Amino acid sequence: MKTLRDRPSSDSLALAKARVHEAEGPGRRAFAVYQGLRHPGPVVWVLPAHEPQRPLLAGLPSGLGERLMILTPKGETDLLWCVEEALRASPVALVIAEPQQPLSLTAGRRFQLAAEAGRTVGLMLIQEGQGSNATETRWHCAPLATTDSTLHSWSLNKNKSGTIGTLIAEWDVTSPHVHLVSQAGERDQLADPAR
Amino acid sequence: MSIWFPRLASETSLRTRPVEGPFALIHRSANADHLHCLNPLAERHGLRRGMSLADARAICPDLATRPADLVAEARSLTTLRRWAGRYAPMVAVSGSDGLIADITGVAHLFGGEAEVRGDLHARLAQAGLSVTSAIAGSLGAAHALARHGGGIIAEGALQAGIEHLPVSALRIEHATAEALARVGLARIGDLIAQPRAPLARRFGIALIQRLDQILGHQPEPVSADPDPPHFGVRMTLPDPIGLTSDVMAGLARLLDRLCTTLALHRRGARRLRLELRRVDRGTVQVEIGLARAMRDPARILALFAKGVEEINAGFGIDALRLFAAITEPMAPEQIGHGAQVKTEDALADLVSRLGNRIGFDRVLRLAPADSLIPERSFQMVSAAWSEPVAAPPWSGPPRPITLFPPEPVTQVSGHPPARFRWRRMRLTTLRAQGPERIAPEWWFDDPAWRSGLRDYWRIETQEGPRLWLFHTPQTPSWCVQGEFA
Repeated sequence: MKTLRDRPSSDSLALAKARVHEAEGPGRRAFAVYQGLRHPGPVVWVLPAHEPQRPLLAGLPSGLGERLMILTPKGETDLLWCVEEALRASPVALVIAEPQQPLSLTAGRRFQLAAEAGRTVGLMLIQEGQGSNATETRWHCAPLATTDSTLHSWSLNKNKSGTIGTLIAEWDVTSPHVHLVSQAGERDQLADPAR
Repeated sequence: MSIWFPRLASETSLRTRPVEGPFALIHRSANADHLHCLNPLAERHGLRRGMSLADARAICPDLATRPADLVAEARSLTTLRRWAGRYAPMVAVSGSDGLIADITGVAHLFGGEAEVRGDLHARLAQAGLSVTSAIAGSLGAAHALARHGGGIIAEGALQAGIEHLPVSALRIEHATAEALARVGLARIGDLIAQPRAPLARRFGIALIQRLDQILGHQPEPVSADPDPPHFGVRMTLPDPIGLTSDVMAGLARLLDRLCTTLALHRRGARRLRLELRRVDRGTVQVEIGLARAMRDPARILALFAKGVEEINAGFGIDALRLFAAITEPMAPEQIGHGAQVKTEDALADLVSRLGNRIGFDRVLRLAPADSLIPERSFQMVSAAWSEPVAAPPWSGPPRPITLFPPEPVTQVSGHPPARFRWRRMRLTTLRAQGPERIAPEWWFDDPAWRSGLRDYWRIETQEGPRLWLFHTPQTPSWCVQGEFA
């Protein structure tokens, strides 16, 4: 059986096509920006109107800013409607949304159907524990503080069609390439002596 | 036929708000108010057009005045021009208060030239407009006669009919008219008797040209401006309708007609309004905006669906009117080729759909702006009214991916802070990069920047978050303004 730890490659960070995914944790916006880089084509970011935290154009990786469309609907119903409409539109590559309330199973299921109809990928940036069971994968994202200042811990908590596991990614915003670092683990046997 | 409205401006102004007694419209030019247009009573008091307001008030103290509205005056003249289309196919505006109509071959439909004039005067008198008109064989003669009493010059008697008119009626410059008067040539008849060559040498070729035009030696056609295209269609129904599908079917027919008109003039609609008249004389409106100029009936129809579903049809709808309120030039495009065009169309449809529900000011794009202040280094612009712009590559110190209004941090120790509290989290600094000093823009008073200079630091914490902090040395405090990836 193949696990994430066997072969760390950036393919394991790919989101399944035509599905809706969720990301939580303090690093979820960085994860969303990384996914925006991975998806060529228009990116829609749905924010509630009262959300003060907005993407900063100068900080975004080059090329993403001009593809980005920002929707600021007033209220949760309009937000969910916007997400569904954007998912249903075929030219859109990725829909990032920040719902404020827990996603119901109905909403999650409707998003999945809309994503299938439009062949788009959705990424919901949720508060911890406010996801929907209909999601394809759920990621917990957090920046890691070590000697390197570009480390992220992106761990897959839920996956409907694959394994789960933690990925330590070294990703600099300016480049689309990510370098996956193997997690340090305890050996179950002695290492070979050095030659 | 030349039609002259000697008191057009004051009469249109008095139509809506009548005034008893002497009345004048005043126009400000060269730093002084002048009388622009008067009513007959004011003229009887001895006031004249062009007189300064101070003189006029001295002569007639109870003069009522209003400021002149030149735009409204031009608009009312345009309306009269459209109305005058009942007398001739070609009607043009001449000057600011006159019309010229080519009634060649039209007079017999009214029973003769005198009857045309009579009909015109009767109708305008009913509307409360004073008018003088003249019919003559040449445009210049009609123009001259209309401004000097009016009347009809019979065919073949053109020269005899205009001989008694002053030379100023020739549409020549004021200086030329004065020079002619100085040499004793006061009437057009005097001018015709003179040899042409010395006249041209002394007063310029323009005078001879005007003389030829008034006598009909030089042709001068009536050049009527084409009417601006009207992008509105309507439909009345024999029986009232109330079903959504019926309204949509009617709308589809209207849209087909409207889009044909738009295609003919190479324009696309940006904002469309559907007015539905109910049986009880009420009107309901559905208005949609489009993300870009469009004239594809099927795609526009889909955008109307939601609005039409929400209206209250009452006892039924018996008339529909569709009007393109805002249009833009739109060149013909090749359709059905290229995935790029299809993608753009689909994206524009999405923007229209979103904008019509949540408002076009909430469907935004990030546009780069020329400022070093982080809050003003970009603008959120409406996606429907802008094109995506590639941001210039950023070469300065790294910027955070998200920005928020400054949030003060507490319990700071050290500079840069070694430990601080932010959002109820106790954070310890692992690494700090900085400072990057940004000065406020002195030409722009921003309340958020009243605290003065800012020294920005990139602070990596042991707990994980990589924050963008700033210190204001002039009013010492620390705030967080952004978060790095």
